[in-house]
Amino acid sequence: MIKLTDVHKSFGTQKVLNGLNLEIPEGKVTAIIGPSGEGKSVLLKHIIGLLQPDSGRIEVDGESILGLRRSQLNRIREKFGMLFQNAALFDSMSVFENVAFPLQEKTKLTSDEIRRRVVSALEDVGLKNVEDKFPDELSGGMKKRVGLARAVVLNPKIILFDEPTTGLDPVIKRAIHQLIRETHVKFGFTAVVVSHEIPEIFDIAQNVAMLYQGEILQHGTPDEIQASTHPVVRQFISGSLDGPIHVG
Amino acid sequence: MFNPVQAIGRLTIEWVRELGRMGWFILYSFYMIARRPGSPIYILKQMRFIGTKSLFVIVLTAAFTGMVLGLQGYYTLAKFGSEGLLGTAVALSLIRELGPVLSALMVTGRAGSAITAEIGIMRISEQIDALETMALDPFKYLITPKFVAAMISLPLLCAIFDVVGIYGGWLVGVKLLGVNPGTYFYEMEKSVMWRDVYSGMIKSFSFGVIVAWIGCYKGYFSGHGAEGVSRATTESVVLTSVIILVWDYFLTSILL
Repeated sequence: MIKLTDVHKSFGTQKVLNGLNLEIPEGKVTAIIGPSGEGKSVLLKHIIGLLQPDSGRIEVDGESILGLRRSQLNRIREKFGMLFQNAALFDSMSVFENVAFPLQEKTKLTSDEIRRRVVSALEDVGLKNVEDKFPDELSGGMKKRVGLARAVVLNPKIILFDEPTTGLDPVIKRAIHQLIRETHVKFGFTAVVVSHEIPEIFDIAQNVAMLYQGEILQHGTPDEIQASTHPVVRQFISGSLDGPIHVG
Repeated sequence: MFNPVQAIGRLTIEWVRELGRMGWFILYSFYMIARRPGSPIYILKQMRFIGTKSLFVIVLTAAFTGMVLGLQGYYTLAKFGSEGLLGTAVALSLIRELGPVLSALMVTGRAGSAITAEIGIMRISEQIDALETMALDPFKYLITPKFVAAMISLPLLCAIFDVVGIYGGWLVGVKLLGVNPGTYFYEMEKSVMWRDVYSGMIKSFSFGVIVAWIGCYKGYFSGHGAEGVSRATTESVVLTSVIILVWDYFLTSILL
């Protein structure tokens, strides 16, 4: 379980997280929704220790991740996999090397075993015969799928998805959502998905949290969120221009 | 309202913070080199990039530097009737000063800028964050191999620079202007001491540290977007060159 308590974070004079509280249950898909620029990615980066909060507590499986030495933090990070917004593939490495990299560095598997695992991870995300390509030869959707393969290849307990479908066409979008659902069923990891995809995200997540003005405005099952009477949540879900959320 | 005292204070704090970060960066790099210098494959790849691929430009600049030294040296020495010392003048200028400094400046322009751009792009495309999330230390894969490679490559490039430069001077002095070939090398042998060679090599080694340090540092903390990386690259080249020249003065005053 991941637990954030009263987390504050500012960049310069801009307050991004403002006393945020959130519990992310184990083994479920939790979606974090909210308007752009509200700090959803920042929240995700706090969970894996890429950013440190100004104040507050962050615990992973009951263990605080703040103020740790690098070696201790790395021990906790080994529970995680992360899919970045732009996939963040290593652009000087081929697709095969990208997915093989965590295996080579973190396990003592033989090169045959690594090859087998990489090919099967790529097949799980629906990619074949792309092993020798380089990231800049791939489309956005393929990059995300390679990123997903790299994130799941070590079978992590927790996977963080930073806008896994932004900028993709509707068909690929659906395919990626399907993939998250299938891999979740297959591996049973805890998933945290930052997304704008309303209403598709309600089909994937078992839990939805709405981030607004640095706090979790509402947290519940997809049905509860969809039935919410809160004006901000209502406006965000309906995508209406009229309401408390100001555009621009 | 603009408050000059506040502005000076803010600038000073920023400056001190930057210095602290730079100091931390080089200390942590050496700590990592001592603990695990990174795989030999990464180091060799970087040596190929920093060293081997700089060879052409080093040889070219060395040849012309030696030639111009031959030319200038000849006319100056001829005034005092001591053209025979041309070999000494060319060799000592190169070995003590111009070899280490010019080879380091050429490597800064060619490889230092590329190091900053490479690491900067990895920073803005979140590749460095990706390494961190895999519980892997980016220093081990990106920074320490470049340090080790630069510390090995620079003295080697400097040695090549010296030799090519000496023959450049020979070409102009002996072949073109008619200095006695025996005298050119004999006088050189007589007055160039091992100490001169060592001091040149020590300089070159320390310049290797500076090139890797500033190149990596500026990339690692580069700003946002393409503009951030381009600014970091420019700053990296300028700062590396300035530090090399300033450090050269102090090192010379110690080593002399």
